[in-house]
Amino acid sequence: MLVTNIESVPGRQIRKHLGLVQGSTVRAKHVGRDLMAGFKNIFGGELKGYSELLRDSRQEAVSRMIQQAEAAGANAVLNVRFSTSSITAGAAELFAYGTAVVLE
Amino acid sequence: MIEITFLLMLLIAGYGFGRYAEKSHYRSIIEREQQLSGIPAVKSKIPPADQNFQSQLVTGNVVISVDYFKRFIAGLRNLVGGSMNAYESLLDRARREAILRMKKEAEMLGAEYVFNVKMETSIISINAKGNVGSIEMLAYGTALIR
Repeated sequence: MLVTNIESVPGRQIRKHLGLVQGSTVRAKHVGRDLMAGFKNIFGGELKGYSELLRDSRQEAVSRMIQQAEAAGANAVLNVRFSTSSITAGAAELFAYGTAVVLE
Repeated sequence: MIEITFLLMLLIAGYGFGRYAEKSHYRSIIEREQQLSGIPAVKSKIPPADQNFQSQLVTGNVVISVDYFKRFIAGLRNLVGGSMNAYESLLDRARREAILRMKKEAEMLGAEYVFNVKMETSIISINAKGNVGSIEMLAYGTALIR
């Protein structure tokens, strides 16, 4: 499955558009990590635990999007966008969406 | 009295560690930016049509927190207005770090360019007073691999 965020694939033609596909995941924070984040709020710096958590969750969202695209019979997802929104204090939704297409 | 001493200690700790962390972070950012300057991150949406490239999505993210001293200064700044240097450098560091991580992923794939780079900022934690604690910066684009 080819995933890009540009609208075309160099050297290949789009045969069919299959519409929007999306994947999302809602993740909550970890108490232990939150405690560390509290310390970091005094000293400043990167919160590695959160960086990893968000990266993994975003990958999860992308793989759900890919599953949906596969189910629709696509072989590529173009023009992918990410979006993040906080649902409640301590939880965030990570969302990925794109256009499923069939490439020749 | 104890409360004031505690506040002062937090401010001094924040100032010292925060300054040190920012300086060493900037050093490492500048060094890695030079190393990865061979892979340009391009804003353009249209890939070069004359060559055959493989394309793949690459992302880079970082969650970064502002220190106690800077948050305190920013709180004061809110009273009089003006530019918030404390947050400016925080966002600048986060953005450059995110782009570097994206480029690093592209480098591991053997990419030549990263096209259509997009940035996204989101607030991770806000404390009871409504001050921003930490932010997430995400950079993503399409790596073009020959």
